[in-house]
Amino acid sequence: MTNHPVTDRRSPLHDIHVAGGASFTDFAGWQMPVSYGSDLAEHHAVRSAAGIFDISHMAEILVSGPDAGAFLDFALAGKLSAVAEGQAKYSLLLHENGGIIDDLVAYRLGDEVYLVVANAGNRFAVVGALKARSNSFTVTVDDQSDDLSLIAVQGPASRSILEATSSLTDFGQPLSELKYYWSTDASFAGVPVLIGRTGYTGEDGFELYIQADAAARLWRALTESGAPLGLVPAGLASRDTLRLEAGMPLYGHELSLHTFPVQAGLGRVVALKKEGDFVGRGAIEVGPAGDVPVLIGLQLEGRRAGRADYAVFDGDRRVGVVTSGALSPTLGYPIAMAFVEPGSAESSELSIDIRGTKVAASVVPLPFYKREA
Amino acid sequence: MADKSELKYTAEHEWVLVEGDIATVGITAYAADKLGDVVYVDLPAVGSDLANGTVVGEIESTKSVGELFAPIDGTVVEANDAVVSEPGTVNSDPFGAGWLIKIQFTELPSLLSFDEYTALTGE
Repeated sequence: MTNHPVTDRRSPLHDIHVAGGASFTDFAGWQMPVSYGSDLAEHHAVRSAAGIFDISHMAEILVSGPDAGAFLDFALAGKLSAVAEGQAKYSLLLHENGGIIDDLVAYRLGDEVYLVVANAGNRFAVVGALKARSNSFTVTVDDQSDDLSLIAVQGPASRSILEATSSLTDFGQPLSELKYYWSTDASFAGVPVLIGRTGYTGEDGFELYIQADAAARLWRALTESGAPLGLVPAGLASRDTLRLEAGMPLYGHELSLHTFPVQAGLGRVVALKKEGDFVGRGAIEVGPAGDVPVLIGLQLEGRRAGRADYAVFDGDRRVGVVTSGALSPTLGYPIAMAFVEPGSAESSELSIDIRGTKVAASVVPLPFYKREA
Repeated sequence: MADKSELKYTAEHEWVLVEGDIATVGITAYAADKLGDVVYVDLPAVGSDLANGTVVGEIESTKSVGELFAPIDGTVVEANDAVVSEPGTVNSDPFGAGWLIKIQFTELPSLLSFDEYTALTGE
């Protein structure tokens, strides 16, 4: 299994982003908008009104067939067969050694149909693993990533914005009744669209899956109806600070092939009680060694952020490393997630080495930010 | 705001305004844009002696950290405290209110012209 050497893929919305003044960054081989001028303004807009994100780089894999539920119970860490039609579930694709190949969201679209949404950088690893695990099941694994685009509308005004978009019609369920982590089908000017009440920002919001050739029209319709309600286009820079405040892991930072779910606080995602075997169960039941690092949240003094790969000290001893960190735009102080030795996970003597200066850090519970219910 | 075509530049994306024996230093709009929203600025103290090419400060955005290099040998005679308290000024007015430090110097090194710098950034 090899990752294709793709380095300059462009979203179907690329021209819109260019016209909107976006600056771009390479993300998993895609040229994606990093911001449209001010990532701080975009961050605040999502917390106070709404932002619209192009996340068309995400991978969508359709799993269908009579054994779809049983297959995903075997292939993923969660019990996907217990998920109701219309419901979505956050799950993990584990390696047999207990490490994480990817974290993903699976939407149950029908009795025998699931849409698995994976990280762009792990697309081929996920498709490959799913196909390899499907041998003894009557199931089809269909990588639809090239045909589908994904637009996220996130923030407290999200529902009003979707409801104000008159070209969105034929909702299977009114958005007012759609619960968090449920989805509904709908129609956009005659084109089918799947709307999940899901996201990666810590706010209420929706993710809209649509065929790639209709994505630009949907983006324009949403931005037009959303602008009066405070909607702004938002890039990957604000997406990262938003998810960090919400304590959400990012693959390659908090999660990896060498990380057990329990280390990253995701033990609950692994359904050890489900019947039957699943890939990774054996290793998870044995568990990692007792002294493996654990993920903690840190709040720093001052204004300087401890960033990914910076060392964490307990007194004079190096005990871990930062996985993600930034000056929190919402909270106004620096926050970080870090893997530290379990014995230091509650230490009051922690500091982060910020380019040669140790800055005191207090352990705080995750998430750093939680929206008011 | 200074006339950009009259300024000198460095390959580290800093601009230098020379007036007599005082050089005012900031980062270019190109650099500010690449950094993203600046949230923290650390500048050398007034009176510090700087050596050309050394790291003397930091300009930190939400997503990355930029280093401030001394573009010239000299002594800091003024640091822009307004930028330290309002780091976003670096984004909103990089060639004006977002200036960073003033350096008193005796010898001017070779710096890039506006044309040379724009050729470098391709913008």
